[in-house]
Amino acid sequence: MTDRKATGSRVSAFWERNRKSEGYLLKKTMYDVSFRVIRFFLLFGMCFMILQPILSKISVSFMEEKDLYDAMIISIPKNFTTDNYKLASQFMDYGKTLLNTFVVSLTIAVLQIGMCTLVGYGFARFDFPLKKLWFACVILVIVIPPQTISTSLYLHFRYFDVLGLGKLITGEAINLRSSVIPYYLMSAGCMGLKNGLYIFMIRQFFRNISKELEEAAYVDGCGTLKTFLRIMLPDAKPILTSCFLFSFVWQWTDGFYSKMFLGNIRLLATQLAIIGDRLSSYMTNTLKTAGASVGYINCIVSTGTLMVIVPLLILYLFAQKGFVESLSNSGIKM
Amino acid sequence: MKDHKKLEGLQKRKAIAGYLFIAPFIAGFLVFMVKPMFQSLYMSFCNVELGPGGFTSVFAKLFNYNRALTVDTEFNRLLTEELYRMFINSLAIMVFSFFVALILNQKFKGRALVRAIFFLPVILSSGVILGVEYNNELLSGMQEMIENSTNGASITDAIQQILVTAGIGTRAFETVFEIVDGVYDVAIASGIQIIIFLSGLQTISDSMYEAADIEGCTSWEKLWKITFPMISSLFLVNWIYTIVDFCMRSDNEVMEKISETMIVNLNYGFASAMAWLYFATVLVIIGISSWIISKGVYYYD
Repeated sequence: MTDRKATGSRVSAFWERNRKSEGYLLKKTMYDVSFRVIRFFLLFGMCFMILQPILSKISVSFMEEKDLYDAMIISIPKNFTTDNYKLASQFMDYGKTLLNTFVVSLTIAVLQIGMCTLVGYGFARFDFPLKKLWFACVILVIVIPPQTISTSLYLHFRYFDVLGLGKLITGEAINLRSSVIPYYLMSAGCMGLKNGLYIFMIRQFFRNISKELEEAAYVDGCGTLKTFLRIMLPDAKPILTSCFLFSFVWQWTDGFYSKMFLGNIRLLATQLAIIGDRLSSYMTNTLKTAGASVGYINCIVSTGTLMVIVPLLILYLFAQKGFVESLSNSGIKM
Repeated sequence: MKDHKKLEGLQKRKAIAGYLFIAPFIAGFLVFMVKPMFQSLYMSFCNVELGPGGFTSVFAKLFNYNRALTVDTEFNRLLTEELYRMFINSLAIMVFSFFVALILNQKFKGRALVRAIFFLPVILSSGVILGVEYNNELLSGMQEMIENSTNGASITDAIQQILVTAGIGTRAFETVFEIVDGVYDVAIASGIQIIIFLSGLQTISDSMYEAADIEGCTSWEKLWKITFPMISSLFLVNWIYTIVDFCMRSDNEVMEKISETMIVNLNYGFASAMAWLYFATVLVIIGISSWIISKGVYYYD
């Protein structure tokens, strides 16, 4: 009873205020409410759109082959099975590949971000001749598609030779094609996947740190290196975490560089690309059937994709703040 | 006099330190970028043959370029198709990410969750996964089935039908409907752009909006008079990023052709020529469009 009274008085107060504001309050409230409703549906729809492929992959990955062609089954499998996971992990050699991918992604990310931090700091805080030119080179690195130069880089590593030293000693050029060294070398030189972007972002961040802080450190007797390590690096933690996570994730899913420069080491990204062919040959050679159907290949590919991205999803769940919140809240000026 | 000399010494020391910091980049750039770039440029004018002890290249003038542009049956078509797709998609991505960033910058319940979902594509649409996604005929088959079972009640289809029968400029509408139908592609490609816009929106100081409020601005006016100019420089950054990102996507048909020519057919010269043609076209597009955009960019300070 008192509730209704309170509501009633609030409603009448609302109309009173509305009358005083000459209908503006009602208009504004209606506008606000409709805006919120529209925003809710818009966001809900878009979120569903982004999540839907993952959800449907999950449901498909638990289906048996005959479920795929059953018109009655859309999302919930009738014959629940985990065979798809067993097959996919067998084709990808999951355990070993996962370990390989983890080690490679981690080391590459650490190396790349370490180097990019040095370079970004150099560009942000020091004045030196030809600075503009070198920074234009960084932009160039961002803009040039790596595919343009991949041809000659490929040959470069196939017949690797620094100043003809190799030829002098062993008589022929070293073939680095089948090892992981090329990509580590490239990462050390800031030429890995999207490294130009990391340099750019890190530089933008360091540029915004006030000059007084740096000068105070110098006055207190810190050298250049010590200022960098003790004053600047702790400040830059959010941006470095973001860049590190991006680097790790992009390296994890990268197919291009892995195929070209990481030799024959088995990585999830490269294994995923050939999982369909593996299934076909498995069906024809081991099971002696007519080969895999399109639907079944896609089912296995979906399962494989899920298995590749699940570690990343877990990482994202835990480090979501590091990924985006810190980056989008840091307010980097471009 | 002595002071002046001291300053010069400090500046010199700082310059040396600066060069030491960017030394890795310079080394990497020279070895892994400049040298291969010139080499691949040279190769594109040559017939490259692989031998046991290395590779030999015979100078062949414009043969490879000629082949790409006039002899090869696919390259021209693929290039124009890709560029058209790139242009339309980039425009859509810019608009989409701008408005999503505007919405995500507002305060509402569950914002953190929505943000997390919107940035998920940054992980999920990268690298090889995107390529795999596109071959997924099963899912598209299922989608077709659902559409058929609901009597093809696609809302875009219906609107398209109405507009087309009403006889309004069909070509432009078709493009719009293509984008609307492909909104998923746009959404998953715009993760980074949303982040960049969001971080730009954070830098606009509240006092500006307050002043505008006092002057009686509506939200619509605030959007175009404050928000838009203040982050206009980010449009340039995002535009370039979007185009570059599109060039490097693994489902890009031109890139597929290039890497197939190189890895499967071992025709390095021809592959380099195509890569350079593609790169030059993209660079020209980036140059012209960013020149146009930079005309409209407003710098506050």
